[in-house]
Amino acid sequence: MTTITETMSERAQSLLPMELQIRGAHLYDRTRRFVTRTNGRKIFTERPIPPVDDVALADIDLSNPFLYRQGMWQSYYQRVRDEAPVHYQANSPFGPFWSVTRHADIIAVDKDHETFSAEPFIIIGEPPRFMDVAMFIAMDPPKHDRQRAAVQGVVAPKNLREMETLIRSRVREVLDDLPIGEPFNWVDLVSIELTARMLATLLDFPYEQRRKLVEWSDLASSMEQANGGPSDNDTIFRGFVDAARGLSALWRDKEARLAAGEEPGFDLITMLQSNEDTKDLIDRPMEFLGNLILLIVGGNDTTRNSMSGGVLAFNRFPDQFEKLKANPELIPNAVSEIIRWQTPLAYMRRVAKKDTVLNGQFIRKGDKVIMWYASGNRDERVFDRPDDLIIDRSNARNHISFGFGVHRCMGNRLAEMQLRILWEELLPRFEKIEVVEEPEYVQSNFVRGISRLMVQLTPKTVA
Amino acid sequence: MSVITFISHDGEKYETPLEEGQSLMQIAISNLIPGIDGDCGGEAACGTCHVVVDEGWVDVVGRSTPVEEEMLSMNPERESTSRLACQMTMSEGCDGLVVRLPEFQM
Repeated sequence: MTTITETMSERAQSLLPMELQIRGAHLYDRTRRFVTRTNGRKIFTERPIPPVDDVALADIDLSNPFLYRQGMWQSYYQRVRDEAPVHYQANSPFGPFWSVTRHADIIAVDKDHETFSAEPFIIIGEPPRFMDVAMFIAMDPPKHDRQRAAVQGVVAPKNLREMETLIRSRVREVLDDLPIGEPFNWVDLVSIELTARMLATLLDFPYEQRRKLVEWSDLASSMEQANGGPSDNDTIFRGFVDAARGLSALWRDKEARLAAGEEPGFDLITMLQSNEDTKDLIDRPMEFLGNLILLIVGGNDTTRNSMSGGVLAFNRFPDQFEKLKANPELIPNAVSEIIRWQTPLAYMRRVAKKDTVLNGQFIRKGDKVIMWYASGNRDERVFDRPDDLIIDRSNARNHISFGFGVHRCMGNRLAEMQLRILWEELLPRFEKIEVVEEPEYVQSNFVRGISRLMVQLTPKTVA
Repeated sequence: MSVITFISHDGEKYETPLEEGQSLMQIAISNLIPGIDGDCGGEAACGTCHVVVDEGWVDVVGRSTPVEEEMLSMNPERESTSRLACQMTMSEGCDGLVVRLPEFQM
């Protein structure tokens, strides 16, 4: 009885500050908007983007959150890559920033954490004030290393092996239930559903509530002032209170189960709790929330949009789908090529820690530097016919979507495995996966997301 | 002919000719050794050419450098003689070198 009461009171203590902190930040933000009379005003309103050749080089703004949705990104990136590969935009809504657009330059910046800091944020803007949650993706070594090391084990070989069987059975469940011969939204029924199931497993989160994880992740990655997304601050704050509550409960529940003698699992929460550097993470609310949200976002938008992007790409390049059907052994390379072609996250941001020169451009200490992965992945200097999906491309693995250096994607192998299994299970089931309407895209300069992809399936006829 | 041996995680042996002046990663890629990816193309920036050097060869090829450590230190399969193959330039003295491959390139 004592233990339960103690657990309860501890729970209340740790819950209160985190929620209060978020509510306080919300109050501050509401007051700020009231005082500055910006309440209810959107920062971004969608307008048609002009052809890149009608724009002066210096005026090109790659941070426009509608560039991807309007299908203008390829021509914009290409002109910058050719004419000003390290490009300065002085007056964006996110302030001045440098764009790094070529593959080789991006690798140079990404691996040089001594010169280019990932702190304090890896998105071009910033979250609302006092909501600056701390994530290890936006920390430099050595702090980054300690926090990342605590969770890296979740994708260690032993776990990956165990997860393969589980992922395959879930993919089968989802695919076997899909409607046949009638259009449906692939994003919702396949991409979101599969990633939600995976996330719930990684976190040992209540399975029936898995869509909550998707909801929180979508909120975290769609903040208007952070990356031009569609979510307003009131929605964000309310969502974060909900996330803080849900994730703290998850943490406390896990703690109590471990204390009661339950066998430790291989989920992220257990790993954080059994590591010296992170076992008290919950007492550092903004770090707790930040790192959990990082792991959720990291496994959500990315895999989801690669699952949707693959279907879209095979519809744009049907000969490649025929090639894949005839040569299923190409699936692993096709997965890398899909991840290159889609590039689910457009960029990562750095800040110069000292004056430096990059590809002939003088970058000052304190300048914001954006590494446009989505441009590097279409760099003609590295990839032949870069806009085409070529599933047997010999250097598909050289894509930049996972980043390079100490911040390289931690979940890359898990992501590849999920996508490989998806295509391994799709090929024997369906003759055609036909996109029947133009897709709809997400508003963001960060997430290259497909929000609606109507498809119709033709099952394989049994010979 | 000088030879290098790669041993896969499940014990399979692959022998390749030694090309002087090339990195061990380049040799593995051009000889299609399974289990070496080399995603970043030799920049020590991805960690996907991780090899474990046979103890007897450490004196010849050396231990990992700080730049390699940045990618290796967090690898769950890291061992004391782990190296990134892209940072190992092959010379005549490497004839007979034996390296083991991890189960996964992370």
